[in-house]
Amino acid sequence: MSKENIKTNQEYKYGFETKIDSFKAPKGLSEDTIKFISKIKKEPKWLLEWRLKAFSRLNKLKEPNWQKPKYPKINYQDLYYYSSPKSMKDKPKSLDEVDPKLLETYKKLGIPLNEQKKLSGVAVDAVFDSVSVATTFKDELTKKGIIFCSISEAIQKHPDLVKKYLGSVIPLTDHYFATLNSAVFTDGSFVYIPPNVRCPMELSTYFRINASETGQFERTLIIADKGSYVSYLEGCTAPMRDENQLHAANVELVALDDAEIKYSTVQNWYPGDENGVGGIYNFVTKRGACRGKNSKISWTQVETGSAITWKYPSCILQGDNSVGEFYSIAITNNHQKADTGTKMIHLGKNTKSKIISKGISAGKADNTYRGLVDIGKKAQNSRNYTQCDSLLMGNKCGAHTIPYIKNKNSTSTVEHEATTSKINEEQLFYCNQRGLDQEEAVSLIVNGFCKEVLQQLPMEFAVEAQKLVGISLEGSVG
Amino acid sequence: MLQIKNLKASINKKNILKGLDISINPGELHAIMGPNGSGKSTLANVLSGKSGYEISGEIKYKGKDLSELKVDERAQNGIFLAFQYPTEIPGVNTNNFLRTSLNKVRKARGEKALDALSFLKLMKEKASELGIEEKMLSRQLNVGFSGGEKKKNEILQMKILNPNLVVLDETDSGLDIDALKIIADGVNSFRDKANSFLVITHYQRLLDYIKPDFVHVLSDGKIIKSGSIELAKELEKTGYKNII
Ligand SMILES: Nc1ncnc2c1ncn2[C@@H]1O[C@H](COP(=O)(O)OP(=O)(O)OP(=O)(O)O)[C@@H](O)[C@H]1O
Ligand SMILES: [Mg+2]
Repeated sequence: MSKENIKTNQEYKYGFETKIDSFKAPKGLSEDTIKFISKIKKEPKWLLEWRLKAFSRLNKLKEPNWQKPKYPKINYQDLYYYSSPKSMKDKPKSLDEVDPKLLETYKKLGIPLNEQKKLSGVAVDAVFDSVSVATTFKDELTKKGIIFCSISEAIQKHPDLVKKYLGSVIPLTDHYFATLNSAVFTDGSFVYIPPNVRCPMELSTYFRINASETGQFERTLIIADKGSYVSYLEGCTAPMRDENQLHAANVELVALDDAEIKYSTVQNWYPGDENGVGGIYNFVTKRGACRGKNSKISWTQVETGSAITWKYPSCILQGDNSVGEFYSIAITNNHQKADTGTKMIHLGKNTKSKIISKGISAGKADNTYRGLVDIGKKAQNSRNYTQCDSLLMGNKCGAHTIPYIKNKNSTSTVEHEATTSKINEEQLFYCNQRGLDQEEAVSLIVNGFCKEVLQQLPMEFAVEAQKLVGISLEGSVG
Repeated sequence: MLQIKNLKASINKKNILKGLDISINPGELHAIMGPNGSGKSTLANVLSGKSGYEISGEIKYKGKDLSELKVDERAQNGIFLAFQYPTEIPGVNTNNFLRTSLNKVRKARGEKALDALSFLKLMKEKASELGIEEKMLSRQLNVGFSGGEKKKNEILQMKILNPNLVVLDETDSGLDIDALKIIADGVNSFRDKANSFLVITHYQRLLDYIKPDFVHVLSDGKIIKSGSIELAKELEKTGYKNII
């Protein structure tokens, strides 16, 4: 993890670096670093104490190593924990004050932020390294009482909400990376939807890692109050470098009575080159609590990037009749590795969960679905349906399905189906015979294979995701 | 249109085609008959450029050697194969597939891509000629189609893609009497001076409808007899044992 080297790689079109002066915390993980972060963000005392509590807990925790993809030891003292463009030091009050270089960066990424050109029907919060650069459509949302801003801003302006819910789904003491995040998190998004409000547009956060030797510790908190609805989408990209960079996020969702949260991810972090050099370590904790009755949380993820993806977006189904869903596409090519899945914890009565996972492996990549369905003693008449399909391209890649099932209630049922198949030569031949070249054929067949998941994505992003599925597999079939 | 000389093909060390000659002029329709396992589908695959075969001999299409062209390039150049067993492709909408395919072929011909609306109009027109319900076209490609529906869908694709050399591999097998007529009409309406056909079939009945210019018998990887429609009638009566 040292010297940086930006390569030209045709397939990863987001691999550029924005040349910009940045302002960093001194390297290394320590109380001083945490105090530095807290101070620069002008945080209240309780939050600093909270962070320090996490840090002292962290010192007692061990980095887990039960996962399938192994990685060289991370030197936590050799990382920067805070990096912000210098121009963001005094937070710009409006977009006109934002450094044009930053606006240009997002434009290049396909996320125009300025008023005239911004995406229609999608409000965007743009996070660059450790800070949120801008949030669009704020006024329109405020009129409905919706809060959509960076978590840093929420800490200043809505401390009661933050204090009430932060760490309420992922406790401080949870596990190594989650606790690390609680100690050093920098920015991310905050969403609050008031009772009985249906959020009129997609909310979206775009995460960009730019600085080298820097970890990104995103923190996102979404609260859907009684009877409300929100659809939220995150996207992510990073420059191409031969170092591995760590993105360790904590995302917490809370759905109260009759509320629904739809959370979608299109993850396209730099995956490393074809020899497995570089790429992001995407070690993320995402958890949603269906706290109220009849509430619903639905996770959809399209994971195409990162050297290693290690995450289990989960649902805690506390409220009676609550519903949890997990739709996932994980594509690994070249030397990429993924160990991903979900946990569905059924606590309330009549709770339902559904898991649809599509794993696609090519090159020398390795792809693991790991999931837990846990039905508690009191979760009467609960149901889970799980379907895991794996598709292999070639002979050097791997696919594994590891379902853990705990059913402690005799009135509840768990159903699990799994398939593994190879990309079908006859299907490829059929497509070729109709004039499609090999890459188009692969893209078409794999998109078909993933359809149940792709159709869960908000319309605005489905087309991009379909293209991404094709691009991620370029060169995977001879 | 097509000249094949001394074509040999093997796969997995099994010799299948063992020196096959055939020549098809523009506008001609040739039928190929022959026992199961004689190499008919293999010939269709080799013409389409399917990989995995070891090939010797010569295939010329529109005067050019085909050996360097990949499957999709041959397709874009007007070679169309109606499959004996059309593959199911789950999750892929039939309409979208056909439009993607057509626009690839059009692009190769230097024509503009068809927008969704014009495509739909074309599709509706051709589908109704074949008695295909529109509903079927918004289903996943070939998934859960009946045997006959799959075959009709192949002919629909032929009509839409407008190829120059059409290879039909047992498109008549498994069709009911009405469907057979519809498919034969589909083929006949597509015949003209510029298009050629290679029709693989086991049954003379199809040939009653589509009137081949030549009938060939393929046995053990070679053409052992060629003739007119009379040859097909004779085979229908006596089987292959008298000529093999
Ligand atoms: N990939 C393969 N590996 C080994 N043998 C093969 C392969 N493909 C075809 N064959 C064999 O080659 C022979 C010719 O097969 P082909 O499918 O061309 O026959 P066909 O004339 O179309 O028969 P049918 O009338 O039953 O459709 C058969 O014996 C078949 O088993
Ligand atoms: Mg055959």
